[in-house]
Amino acid sequence: MADAHKLEILRGLVKFKSNTQKIWGVLVLLSIITAVEVAFGIYKPESLMSKFIGMKLLNWIFIILTIVKAYYITWDFMHMRDETKALRRMVVWTAVFLICYLIFILLQEGGYIESVYSSGFIKKDF
Amino acid sequence: MDTTVANTGTEGKTWGGGNQPLKSSYGKMMMWFFIVSDALTFSGFLAAYGFSRFKFIGSWPIADEVFTHIPFFHGNYPMIYVAFMTFVLIMSSVTMVLAVDAGHHMQKSKVTFYMFLTIIGGLIFVGSQAWEWGTFIKGDYGAVQTKGGNILQFGEYKTIDGEKVFKRVAVRDIAVNEHGERVQHDRKSGLWFVSEGTLPAYTVDEVFHGLEANSNVLVRTQIINAEGEKTVLSRAESLKQIKNNGKLVVEGANLHVNEYGTPLFADFFFFITGFHGFHVFSGVLINIIIFFNVILGTYERRGSYEMVEKVGLYWHFVDLVWVFVFTFFYLV
Repeated sequence: MADAHKLEILRGLVKFKSNTQKIWGVLVLLSIITAVEVAFGIYKPESLMSKFIGMKLLNWIFIILTIVKAYYITWDFMHMRDETKALRRMVVWTAVFLICYLIFILLQEGGYIESVYSSGFIKKDF
Repeated sequence: MDTTVANTGTEGKTWGGGNQPLKSSYGKMMMWFFIVSDALTFSGFLAAYGFSRFKFIGSWPIADEVFTHIPFFHGNYPMIYVAFMTFVLIMSSVTMVLAVDAGHHMQKSKVTFYMFLTIIGGLIFVGSQAWEWGTFIKGDYGAVQTKGGNILQFGEYKTIDGEKVFKRVAVRDIAVNEHGERVQHDRKSGLWFVSEGTLPAYTVDEVFHGLEANSNVLVRTQIINAEGEKTVLSRAESLKQIKNNGKLVVEGANLHVNEYGTPLFADFFFFITGFHGFHVFSGVLINIIIFFNVILGTYERRGSYEMVEKVGLYWHFVDLVWVFVFTFFYLV
């Protein structure tokens, strides 16, 4: 696999001449994303404080940026981009499915318990 | 010969046996599967954190107010130091992937150099983590814990740039020293089978009298109001709460009490960042072993630096986890 690196990121928007160059390019991208996150975290723009599907818009932005970072770490640093489709799906789909399931179950339950607390210990009186 | 091995008619096909359909070595594949299982462990922790946070969504500590320090500087700098730590870890990920790349080209000296930088990056990160823990444990302003286990903090309104802001006031700055405080019980001066931890520096009474003496100081509860800020009580209500409900003066955080808010927050902080820190620590140890193997020429003789690649996978994974811990502990 030594010479078979795919050297494009951002769907071919940025092409690199060598693998080393691509690594530095990805570093720049990750640093920019982190800087944006930190800036948002410190200044917390008022316009992003509105709620969207149960969470602040700002928090959704943080989560999406995090997933973008995770994508580039996995795809370029861990060379997932160069692995076969079968190995990639084996690892990524399994993890993504199970993690989504776990998060859904736990957050749903946490939210339910919170509403039981805040609504006087009775959530639904059938 | 045909009698010993069943002829399945799939010879030569991708999954017919005898070749590597995933074009990946056994070791690398197993590292990937370990990473999947470890990722699930960490998601379990973070999802449990989310569970507790959603459960106490109306009173969870605000991370910006908890992690505000950077070494050697005084003042309020939320997020800066963790951002630095994140950058250090990403940087060490970069040097690791450069080492892997140099390994592909069989450049021993380059691999050695980049592995060395990776180890240094890992050590800086673990050191920063230790400092972060130390600061968190030592505490900042202190607080009073109520009988019900809630945290009451102190502060006063100040006008800065024409804007009224709530500035925190430390317990040690308002508490009055009174005589006749209780001494710590130890085994030699009483019941030998009972022991007691260190007593808080101040009693609730001392803090209450201090609060009475400082007429501008108010109590802040953990309840988050409609503006997304912690509720500040009126002066009369502040005095009443401390007098009637105050039970224990808390400075810093441990697994039982936490001056920043609910003890659960501290528990999750210690557990998740601790587990991650332990991963970084073992990663550094493994990197050191591989570093010496590189120097000794083990992989040069083997004709392949794949071991560096496998360790690299683990190291990147540790970075990957930190990206999520950073988001869910410090940002969201």
